[in-house]
Amino acid sequence: MNNKNPMYVIVVGAGKVGYHLAKTLINEGHEVLLLEKDRNTVDTFSDSLGELIVHGDGCEIRTMSEVGMGRANVVVAVTGDDEDNLVVCQMAKRKFGVPRTIARVNDPKNEELFKALGIDQTVSSTRIIFNLLEQQIETGQVIPLAALKRGDIEVVEASITASSSVLGYKIAQLDLPQKTLIISVIRDEYAIIPHSDTKLREGDSVIAIIKSEHEKELRAVFE
Amino acid sequence: MRIVILGCGRVGATVATTMCRDGHYVTIIDKSPDSFRRLTADFTGRQVLGNGIDEETMQEAEVDKADAFLAVTNGDNRNIMSVQMAKVRFNVPRVVARIYDPNRAFAYSELGIETICTTCVGAGLMRDLILGRPFGDIHEYTHLGQEGPENE
Repeated sequence: MNNKNPMYVIVVGAGKVGYHLAKTLINEGHEVLLLEKDRNTVDTFSDSLGELIVHGDGCEIRTMSEVGMGRANVVVAVTGDDEDNLVVCQMAKRKFGVPRTIARVNDPKNEELFKALGIDQTVSSTRIIFNLLEQQIETGQVIPLAALKRGDIEVVEASITASSSVLGYKIAQLDLPQKTLIISVIRDEYAIIPHSDTKLREGDSVIAIIKSEHEKELRAVFE
Repeated sequence: MRIVILGCGRVGATVATTMCRDGHYVTIIDKSPDSFRRLTADFTGRQVLGNGIDEETMQEAEVDKADAFLAVTNGDNRNIMSVQMAKVRFNVPRVVARIYDPNRAFAYSELGIETICTTCVGAGLMRDLILGRPFGDIHEYTHLGQEGPENE
């Protein structure tokens, strides 16, 4: 398949994630190199990847030079060890000037640390699955509808019932948490763009956009 | 001085014991309980069992109160990550990492992390001993064995 903007992507770690990522990128027409420390794993995949899989340690400067790290557009580190993913990305960025580095984060607690240490993007499957699950679970009156920015920002829906504490309140009277924006009120199947004087009625659905960390506080408002 | 040492191998245990003898408050972390047997009987500091790149273990070891953090596990990357965690997440004023790979040691020293490349230092001392030269300053040894894209 031809790609108008092919990138040179170096993927470090030929586990399942690394292997399938490399295959997908190749099919999309990108130039790909998969780097793997374990000789047996390299042998297993060399039938299907040929010269695109290389045996070597992605943290060794010599290996990095040999695979042309200096001209890579993106380096993706997806090994099962966070410390290795961190060092691959930091070396790629600082020693070889790679413009974009992406690290898989196995322990979701490391996401913030990696960002603070200059990794451009982090991917935590634990966090993604957790965010997806949370959207499935009904959480009282406030239901998450969508997650933006990998779950940092959410669109949520709050239903106004006869027992809602805010029934009859105007939008301006709501004690909303920080970083919350009410974007619509669904009333009788119509979406209203509300203003500060819009009064909440029974059966209304309030749609808000909110930073995920404030969701709990929003839930308390609509209890 | 309060010091937290990650890795109770031969180096970690030796640093822990000598600093303890000198009256410093030492906490040593290792993921294997057996490794604490390397500490001599006069070690009076704390032992913490756990993974050194885990925030909970770091909290248990009170890294946030430490004046210095030393990483001497046998994994270069583990040492590199843990000292950055100590520095950035726990604001430890002085962090030191032992790194075997000369290139990685040099790269991270450029990034402002104090590194000791025991490969380089050991090799330099041995060379000087063989040649009958006086021992040099540690910085004279740091560049030994380094290679990389910036080398001609």
